[in-house]
Amino acid sequence: MQAAAPRLRVHRRRWGEGVVKGALALCALVSIATTIGIVAALLEPSLEFFREVSLVDFFSGTDWAPLFEPARFGVLPLIVGTLSVTFWAVVVAVPFGLGAAIYLSEYARPGVRKALKPALEVLAGVPTVVYGYFALVTFTPFLRSLGLDVQIFNAFSAGVVMGIMIIPTVASISEDAMNAVPQSLRDGAYALGSNKLEVSVRIVVPAAISGIVASFVLGISRAVGETMIALLAAGQLAQLTFVPFEPVETMTAFIAATGIGDVPTGSIEYKTIFAVGLTLFVMTLAMNLFAIRLVRKYREVYE
Amino acid sequence: MSAAATTLVAAKPRGRVLGAVFMGYLLLSLAIGFALLLWLLVDIAATGLPYIDRALFLNDPSADPAIAGARPAILGTLYIGALLLVFTVPLGVGTAIYLEEYADKERWYNRLLELNIQNLAAVPSIVYGILGLAFLVRGLGLGRVLLAGAMILTLLVLPVVIIASREAIRAVSASIRQGAFALGATKWQVVWRQVLPAAAPGMATGSILALSRAIGETAPLLLVGALTYVAFNPSLLDQFTVLPIQIFQWTSRPQEEFKVLAAAAIIVLLAILLSLNAVAIWVRNRYQKRW
Repeated sequence: MQAAAPRLRVHRRRWGEGVVKGALALCALVSIATTIGIVAALLEPSLEFFREVSLVDFFSGTDWAPLFEPARFGVLPLIVGTLSVTFWAVVVAVPFGLGAAIYLSEYARPGVRKALKPALEVLAGVPTVVYGYFALVTFTPFLRSLGLDVQIFNAFSAGVVMGIMIIPTVASISEDAMNAVPQSLRDGAYALGSNKLEVSVRIVVPAAISGIVASFVLGISRAVGETMIALLAAGQLAQLTFVPFEPVETMTAFIAATGIGDVPTGSIEYKTIFAVGLTLFVMTLAMNLFAIRLVRKYREVYE
Repeated sequence: MSAAATTLVAAKPRGRVLGAVFMGYLLLSLAIGFALLLWLLVDIAATGLPYIDRALFLNDPSADPAIAGARPAILGTLYIGALLLVFTVPLGVGTAIYLEEYADKERWYNRLLELNIQNLAAVPSIVYGILGLAFLVRGLGLGRVLLAGAMILTLLVLPVVIIASREAIRAVSASIRQGAFALGATKWQVVWRQVLPAAAPGMATGSILALSRAIGETAPLLLVGALTYVAFNPSLLDQFTVLPIQIFQWTSRPQEEFKVLAAAAIIVLLAILLSLNAVAIWVRNRYQKRW
């Protein structure tokens, strides 16, 4: 029988499909362009800045007074200020973030965890300017009422409040890593007679250590890059001190405080924004890339 | 046979004490964040609530705290929010579709793209402000206008929208795609008619949460010049201010009266963020499908 079989025609390639793919790739290019834009925006004025101020003076000078005559451009006070605030943030965020993660991953029942996780995220959702207000208007006066000799603007208040804000960052990344640890490891340890504490601390935490370290690094990176709490509560006095109750100026606070004014384009003041911004960007970039690598590592091992 | 039966020793009490101490530490870790949040909310409510009045919503900012209001700032925040949705959703969803449905993950440029987005999500917000200052305000000569602020916040939250949208797309079951392909649909038909509708609730939730993050941002807007005296309603190519900036400005004034106004403005801001989050949760619960 020679039936007229329906002829299967090969469709021409639809050109629209290609156009769509191109348009979507273009969307994706925006984020590449953002990175290139950031690097370009930072580099050009920074290079001009370093033509006027030597790198050695910038990184070894202990005096930051760009607006004075004669101007001095030693960035160390800003870096020390940043580290000082970050230190207190880490002192709060690391132990409590890790504790919260262990509780959520190892101790909480599924229902409790499901309710607690988003509740903890609320802490990260409060705008930073609100934390800044709280640190300056409530927390610092509270410390004073305890009889502590703290200045109105100080690194300690800013750091502690910042640390609380960062707890969810540390907790959620650490908890992800602990969740990825295979149940068989825990079961093995229980079979050998371990109790819950030993399983958590000696089995789960070491097994998830790369993710936990990543969460610490990302937490530090957030503290280094946080602006509003530092600007409002730590002050704008660039002094080289690690004393917690003294005012300091962080890199971010300097950038914000200088950028607020209508600084003339091309002036040395204007360029300091970019030189300090580049320093900040390189520091946080290094930490972020390191943390991303660590996270990939535990994903490769366990998933 | 009088075998020396191994006596099973009960757990040493030391272990139990240690366990209780450890448990205490874990609970403290959770509680400390909530305690501070509660303290913050109660404190701000006690200070600010009496000052939530008509003047706050209707008046312009002023050097006289008795008549100062936040109308331009509140409207500015709403305007920026609307612009952000228009800008971020197409870009973010488009990028997410490209990465999940089209990109060949073995290619170096697609891997670079992914690494780039992960890193951008962790770049300090003030750095975006520098980008805005250099390119939008000065470079393009846009000036210190609302549009520049909206554009810079778009770039800031784009990674968040992309990451949330990718998760929503990944959650769509592969069998739906395969079914559509089997019926002869082209790739784009599959994405447009099957994947996108199924992923839409997840994308909407992610976008609204990203929006609420952007609305609370202050630092990048300081650099694009939102800290100015604005006594008129916002428009696209005019100077502008937003609620977080107004809060910053009032907080940094020495007078107590302005700090009280700042608390009142914080309540308004938190109320906006809370309603956005409520919408996000509602969308998720109402429309999300599970396979």
